[in-house]
Amino acid sequence: MISILKKARWSPYAVGAGIGVLSWVTFALMNKALGVSTTMVRAAGAVEGLVSEAHIRSNPYFIKYLGTMDKPLPVIEWQFALVVMLVLGAFCASWLSSTRLRETVPDLWKWRFGPSRWVRFAGAFLAGIVVIFGARLAGGCTSGHGISGGLQLAVSSWIFFLCLFAAGIVTAWLLYGKGGQDHV
Amino acid sequence: MFEHFFANPGTILMGGVTGFLFGFLLQKGGVTRYNVIVGQFLLKDFTVLKIMLTAVIVGSVGIYGMRTLGLDINLHVKTAALLGNALGGLIFGAGMAVLGYCPGTAVAAMGEGSRHAIAGVLGMLVGAGLFAESFPWIKNRILSVGDLGKVTFADLTGYSPWWFIAGLLIAGVIGLTALERWEKNNRS
Repeated sequence: MISILKKARWSPYAVGAGIGVLSWVTFALMNKALGVSTTMVRAAGAVEGLVSEAHIRSNPYFIKYLGTMDKPLPVIEWQFALVVMLVLGAFCASWLSSTRLRETVPDLWKWRFGPSRWVRFAGAFLAGIVVIFGARLAGGCTSGHGISGGLQLAVSSWIFFLCLFAAGIVTAWLLYGKGGQDHV
Repeated sequence: MFEHFFANPGTILMGGVTGFLFGFLLQKGGVTRYNVIVGQFLLKDFTVLKIMLTAVIVGSVGIYGMRTLGLDINLHVKTAALLGNALGGLIFGAGMAVLGYCPGTAVAAMGEGSRHAIAGVLGMLVGAGLFAESFPWIKNRILSVGDLGKVTFADLTGYSPWWFIAGLLIAGVIGLTALERWEKNNRS
């Protein structure tokens, strides 16, 4: 048992099956579907709310997730706790196998855009904005749409999933080309 | 704002346990790594596809299996607003190829120690704020186009979900077996 936990990588099929079984549990026992990106909305709303609560209580999108002035909804709820604990879960997994990765600039990025950490941080920050904008436009991310929606045979999720892969492949090849394959 | 800041402790605990296990699995699967995610898009490393396809197949058999057995299990299907789903997927995929993470794996990557994932997650918080601010504009122009409601392929066609699950299972087993053989031949 311990030796399994110390192993650096598990078979992708074992991990996929584990995530599948985890979603049985969340559906059956918690009446919830795995998801992540809504938490970014709640967190952003909470931060904006510190500046002006009236502002977020009048924005229809924040109202959907955080409620109105009269009927506020919790910020720290099921999915928020899930997202926070993702950090600890991944920390423990990498710590057990001594494969902690203190990466600042990935090799592929370095090969294409140079070794500057600030260029990478700026790129990651801007791409983070784009990723969540796309997720909220589509109604979910790789977890909420890709896995939870995919397994429910949701039309929305399969469209999202196919478009994600198509755009990801095109973008990666435009940025890195065939030569990029030698750096991942 | 802060009167109803927390949901009840039981809900938070269950979410936390789920997140811990999910993060643990993502790290052990290797998808908390930039190289693995971008390697998928460069068609060099198929870990992401293998994990997702297996999760979807195992998940669907279990969820629809429990429903078929008569257990009272709710679906949580998201609205099919076709333009929004497609456009969102395209934007998301382009961003993911640059970031090297999706939202869940970026957060988990922070736990694994990757510094640049922190910049990505900060960007996500800003992006969520920007989306909320532009939502009133987007809602009528994009999210109303091709709105079919919260439908599954079973709802849409009238066929049993098991036809789709069987199709997925067969396609998955054949596709992944072929992929494994192809990878083996390419390596040697």
